[in-house]
Amino acid sequence: MNRFDYVRASTVAEAVAAASAPGAAYLAAGTNLLDLMKGGVTRPTRLVDVTHLPDLDRIERLPEGGFRVGALVRNSDLAYDSGFARAHPSVAEALLSGASAQLRNAATVAGNLMQRTRCPYFYDPASACNKRQPGAGCEAQGGETRLHAVLGWSEHCIATHPSDFCVPLVALDAVVEIAGRDGPRTVPLEAFHRLPDDAPERETVLEPGELIVAVRLPDEAAAFSGHSRYLKIRDRTSYAFAVVSAAASLRLDQGRIAEGRLALGGVALKPWRAREAERVLAGAEPNETTFRQAADAALASAKPSGDNAFKIELARRLIVRTLVRAAAGTPERMPALPASAFEETLHA
Amino acid sequence: MEAPSSLSLSLSINGTRHDIALDDPRVTLLDLLRERLGLTGSKKGCDRGQCGACTVLVNGRRVNSCLSLAVSLDGAEITTIEGLAQGDALHPVQAAFIAHDGFQCGFCTPGQIMSAVGLIREGHAGDDPERVREAMSGNLCRCGAYIGITQAVLDAQAKMASEQQGEAA
Ligand SMILES: Cc1cc2nc3c(=O)[nH]c(=O)nc-3n(C[C@H](O)[C@H](O)[C@H](O)COP(=O)(O)OP(=O)(O)OC[C@H]3O[C@@H](n4cnc5c(N)ncnc54)[C@H](O)[C@@H]3O)c2cc1C
Ligand code: SF4
Ligand code: FES
Ligand code: FES
Repeated sequence: MNRFDYVRASTVAEAVAAASAPGAAYLAAGTNLLDLMKGGVTRPTRLVDVTHLPDLDRIERLPEGGFRVGALVRNSDLAYDSGFARAHPSVAEALLSGASAQLRNAATVAGNLMQRTRCPYFYDPASACNKRQPGAGCEAQGGETRLHAVLGWSEHCIATHPSDFCVPLVALDAVVEIAGRDGPRTVPLEAFHRLPDDAPERETVLEPGELIVAVRLPDEAAAFSGHSRYLKIRDRTSYAFAVVSAAASLRLDQGRIAEGRLALGGVALKPWRAREAERVLAGAEPNETTFRQAADAALASAKPSGDNAFKIELARRLIVRTLVRAAAGTPERMPALPASAFEETLHA
Repeated sequence: MEAPSSLSLSLSINGTRHDIALDDPRVTLLDLLRERLGLTGSKKGCDRGQCGACTVLVNGRRVNSCLSLAVSLDGAEITTIEGLAQGDALHPVQAAFIAHDGFQCGFCTPGQIMSAVGLIREGHAGDDPERVREAMSGNLCRCGAYIGITQAVLDAQAKMASEQQGEAA
């Protein structure tokens, strides 16, 4: 790990000022950043510790309805907040399907949004990577591409965004609250992460020094609470990143889908909102024919970025399964294996 | 070049207050415990958050000490495997690991036990073995002692609950 200056911020303004310097990075729990620094993947010259900032660890209900979740709320605290989990069960399920209990106890909301890709070539400083070093090339292409993109990729980068949490959040129209030198602003999560195009090193719309202070969920998002699921296909049952994941939320009215929301994880460099699929769902009957049409619409523009064409069919099947489960209703209790695509295997 | 400035922090570790001066901000909680304070019970398996051997409690919650920057934890209360037993009396989770053969080589065991203590405090798994396995999935055991580990966690949890009831009565 390289040497760095350590700065502990005690106000948001102080944090923003300290992090505006070139080479500076925010430190939250450190579960992604320290990992990357140990591997020599990132080498910030200054860490601005935000974990001692006051008031950013709260989960609040907004007067106009909806939730405001502070940037420092720990992943497990949000998942187990009973009011929040009741309103947004697919968000809780996604959180509990990510990483391990220890990591979730530490990981913050903002850190989860900002976590970097798990592309193994990005993680290996000996490989060429446009994200690490603009213009160097992309060694993933022609290499091991199981975790790589099938939507929205470019010839410059085929990586995916690894977050589970972000997938239901983007489906439910979450908004990111940001503080910066020019004051506060808000950005819809859907527009927060950037697709690679020709600049994969620019991962989000954050400007230097900008700090995430909270994530908001609008009141309307809670209308889906009775029919919301998150399912995740991974290479082992627990403690593994998504190969493909899906978040589905339905609002049913008199036997039809009044409104459907769908987003995918593990398929693109951002949490992927499948708006074409949502148009198929709107007004249709909640049955497998509809769900297959929605799945086809969601993947219509997909193309493999390597030896990963299987992910396109896998994503289609997972979408159908997630929509079937969402239509059947949110389970009373969090499943023993959150986000498992298989039927529960064992009961006490 | 600037001279490295000294960073001071105060931690309570297993009930004892430590005022620590660090010459380098890069020290993780795991390295602080093992290399500077001689508490070598917490193990370094992967050093990257992937194995759970370094699990300790920070303010009562289980976390991976290898991915926690020590200086950031200023003011925290830390509990390590060295802080569980009361004199010669083992913590119920320690006793249950012995009773159920919850280990073979023992390398992962301090992390498993600290994780189990954290899990029981969290209280989300109940008596469902599937939920216990899921909640312990952040602790890998290369010897494959998982069956004994799950039984030990369930048994310790049940004993601790009945002891608590006994105390309340
Ligand atoms: C073994 C392992 C398995 C994992 N498995 C999963 C998984 O299955 N699913 C999943 O979703 N995640 C998984 N993760 C990733 C985990 O969710 C992230 O490491 C975690 O969410 C990061 O949060 P943090 O608070 O530790 O952030 P940090 O590591 O402190 O920071 C991460 C990034 O966010 C930036 N940042 C932090 N706070 C702010 C802020 N307020 N404003 C702006 N920038 C900020 C930092 O500068 C840094 O670039 C796994 C991690 C590990 C180590
Ligand atoms: S896919 Fe993206 S992150 Fe991976 S090596 Fe290529 S440029 Fe780097
Ligand atoms: S040593 Fe910390 S998780 Fe492996
Ligand atoms: S007992 Fe040997 S690794 Fe678990």
